[in-house]
Amino acid sequence: MSPPKELPFLERTSYRRRRLGDAARLLPVLGMVLFLLPLMWASDGAGTTARSGLYLFGAWGGLIALSFAISLRLARIVRAEDGTGPEGD
Amino acid sequence: MPAFDVILGACVLYAALLFVIAFLAERLSVRGRARWLRGPVVYTLSMSIYCTAWTFYGAVGYAARSGLEFATIYLGPTLVLVGWWTLLRKLVRVGRSQRITSVADLISSRFGKSNLLGGLVTLLAVVATTPYIALQLQSVTLSFAVFSDGPQAPDLNAIALWVAAGLAVFTIVFGTRRLDANERHDGIVAAIAVEAVVKLLALLAVGLFVVFTVAGGPAETFRIIDASPIAEWQVQPGRWVGLTFLAGAAFLCLPRMFQVLVVENSDERHLATASWAFPLYLFAMSLFTLPIAAVGLGRMPEGANPDLFVLTLPLAENQEALALFAFLGGFSSATSMVIVAAIALATMISNHVVMPIWLRSGPPGALVSGDVRHVAIRARRVSIVAILALGYAYYRLSGGGEALAAIGLISFAGIAQILPAMLGGLFWRGATRVGAALGLGLGLLIWGWTLFLPSFATGLPQAVMASGPFGIDLLRPQALFGIGGVDPLLHALIWSLLFNTAGLVIGSLLTFPSPMERLQGAAMVNVFRTKPGARGWQSTHVEAEDLLVMAQRILGPTEAQAVFRSAAIRQGKAGYLPDPDQEFLEGLERELAGSVGGATAHAMLGQITGGGSVSVEELMRVADETAQIMEYSARLEAQSRELARTATQLREANEKLTRLSVQKDAFLSQISHELRTPMTSIRSFSELLRDGAGTLDPENRARFAGIIQDEAERLTRLLDDLLDLSVLESGQVTLRIEEAQLADVLDRAIQACDGGGPVMIERSGRAEMRLRTDPDRLAQVFINLVTNCRKYCRVDTPRLRIVSRLSGDAAEVDFIDNGPGIPATEQQMIFEKFARGGDSRAAGGAGLGLAICREILGRLGGSIAYLPGQGGAAFRVRVPLAQRDVHAAG
Repeated sequence: MSPPKELPFLERTSYRRRRLGDAARLLPVLGMVLFLLPLMWASDGAGTTARSGLYLFGAWGGLIALSFAISLRLARIVRAEDGTGPEGD
Repeated sequence: MPAFDVILGACVLYAALLFVIAFLAERLSVRGRARWLRGPVVYTLSMSIYCTAWTFYGAVGYAARSGLEFATIYLGPTLVLVGWWTLLRKLVRVGRSQRITSVADLISSRFGKSNLLGGLVTLLAVVATTPYIALQLQSVTLSFAVFSDGPQAPDLNAIALWVAAGLAVFTIVFGTRRLDANERHDGIVAAIAVEAVVKLLALLAVGLFVVFTVAGGPAETFRIIDASPIAEWQVQPGRWVGLTFLAGAAFLCLPRMFQVLVVENSDERHLATASWAFPLYLFAMSLFTLPIAAVGLGRMPEGANPDLFVLTLPLAENQEALALFAFLGGFSSATSMVIVAAIALATMISNHVVMPIWLRSGPPGALVSGDVRHVAIRARRVSIVAILALGYAYYRLSGGGEALAAIGLISFAGIAQILPAMLGGLFWRGATRVGAALGLGLGLLIWGWTLFLPSFATGLPQAVMASGPFGIDLLRPQALFGIGGVDPLLHALIWSLLFNTAGLVIGSLLTFPSPMERLQGAAMVNVFRTKPGARGWQSTHVEAEDLLVMAQRILGPTEAQAVFRSAAIRQGKAGYLPDPDQEFLEGLERELAGSVGGATAHAMLGQITGGGSVSVEELMRVADETAQIMEYSARLEAQSRELARTATQLREANEKLTRLSVQKDAFLSQISHELRTPMTSIRSFSELLRDGAGTLDPENRARFAGIIQDEAERLTRLLDDLLDLSVLESGQVTLRIEEAQLADVLDRAIQACDGGGPVMIERSGRAEMRLRTDPDRLAQVFINLVTNCRKYCRVDTPRLRIVSRLSGDAAEVDFIDNGPGIPATEQQMIFEKFARGGDSRAAGGAGLGLAICREILGRLGGSIAYLPGQGGAAFRVRVPLAQRDVHAAG
């Protein structure tokens, strides 16, 4: 009863690719949320600059790491898909 | 403190180094060995021009005044880059497929290659960028001033002037070598990459020194920040959100950022790298801002300018080398920004202001005769000088005070007015030129009124600021519509973008776009779905040579010829002149657009081709709800083609029927005529015989009887022929198929005709072929042809050549006489019943012979045809071979 192997593999690849695209689209939204969160505690005067700064740079670094992970994969997929080198090659 | 001369010397040396680097990079690039310059790392580094001197020095000052808020300037671009998949990728794709040369070109191209919009954006960019350039000059002079002692203070204005002049020279030398804005300025890119590294390292070095040496470690730094005046975060949520948004918007719309992000992009995939690498760069640039600010506030004397802590802190700690390094970092930040901004603005001014005016002012033939290339390049050089002169003038006039420091964000807010038109153009096909112009105009107006003019000490009179123009309170610059008490920047940003967007939306909803706008809109919005390039040209009767002449004047002879040559090769033609078809014209327009901008390229091609109107089919193809309409129209087209085919068939059938009907009538009248003639003579001669039974002498009687018999025989023959033909035509004939020698049949036929007249018969060719046929019927055909020759060949010595040969699986026998032949007009008709060439009476036939021949051969599986051009009447008979001979022949 096992389905043929080729087809699900291909479908999964393109499915992954689309979800990866979704993740890339959602990343700035996540970033926005992360960067707006400090407003919640800062507006009632609870946050100090040092602590908020620590949080901000932590969130920033995390966002960069996520972007790195996603972009790397996306770039690989895009490269495999269009298979063309940079212009002038 | 290092001597001022040392600083000056270091600065000059550093500038010289940049010249050398740029020069070497250009040399490498010419030799094709500068590929690494087009890699993702350099692409990312070139974005660092976002970090100007204002951020290099000013961020610390900003942090010293308002704490964490400085970070918003970096958070906005971070969000834009992290979301590259949605927006930047599309922007870059559009920029590359349309050969966009600047942000003004993007807006102009999107909205139907409009010169008005291009000019408007250019104006906005110049107004917003000039103060920013002044700010860079100011920061450089201020940093110089730090190193100069009070009494022998050098002339700071002279320094600013020298810096501006040096930058102008550098930009002209390395920025205007080529006309094509899409070509990378490798020298400049290399210099900027070096400067990017220098300023990052300088800031990191100062930061590390401050944290680990001055403060004594991260934990200690943390404590110092907590104890500093900025320990408590006085956040203003509106400003926090607004500034983040503003920085992101400016990152996209700033002419210099557009230049490095889109125009100089050599590969879309570099964005994937930049999406994390540039945020990382920004992260590193701002990591030590807060510690430097806090430590500086604690250590430096009261009243010290926090904007210069990056320089003054190391100096206070007697770290002269570090201070020098920081100084070079700041110098780098200022110069790289000015260089790219000047290039971007110069491109915009030459393509959207100078070229349109030049095109319009010249006589109609100016296009072909003038040298566009030199005009454009000269325009760019003059623009660069003018921009830097303007920046310097602004710096002098503003007095270089606090007012200038605030100009950074004001400039951002002005540039952000492009955002609605840009996003609307990229994602909404309904956005129109009128909408974009309305939005931009409104935004520009409100920004100027509420933010730009009030930023000058003398911009607006105090009375206007306090109670509005002419006492209209609702129009107070910093409290529009009576809503005051908002942060002025936020106030201006919200109102200008609100009206800008509303203008775009309402203007677009209420107006109807031109065909060119719709094409461009579809091409940009659907850039991932469609092939690049809108179809804007109809094939015209333009001469390829005229186009080449024009292209040479813009692209230069070598490049233009290369473009034409490759197009010709693509079309499968030799030489340099391809057919000026639609595809070629579009390609050429894009090529030209890379040099002089979309609107100008379009106008120039339009002048040569006599107006590039958009055809209805092209519009149908891309401009509307494409798929549906395309499918529907394709179906319609197929149906109409089929209808046309059916109509043609019907018309043919009708013609044939009409012909047949005429033929039938002719046949009937002919046959009655043919039957009547012999009947008449039989009747009259038999009457003579009856009436003169006694009076006629035997000789005459015998003659009359002979005539009667001849006529009767002719009648019989005619009836036999008719019967024969009808049997043949109805298919009721019985053939006796057997194998026979062609030679035998021919011999028999010639013998049968022997003595009928003085025709010389020559036979040639191969006649020993076995046929599968009815020999009697075939002989009948041959006899008919020989008799025909005898009847119609009206020359003194008639000759008939009979040539037989093998042709495939059939034998071919040609009957060629030396007579006058058959006129071309009658060749079609001779195989019809009762058709006879020329005068038929004399020949005495009924005109059924060839018709019978055709029928017989049809039954035998062969054919007969008239063979024109043989010097006389010629017929070719084809008869199938016997199976054996087919194999033998094969």
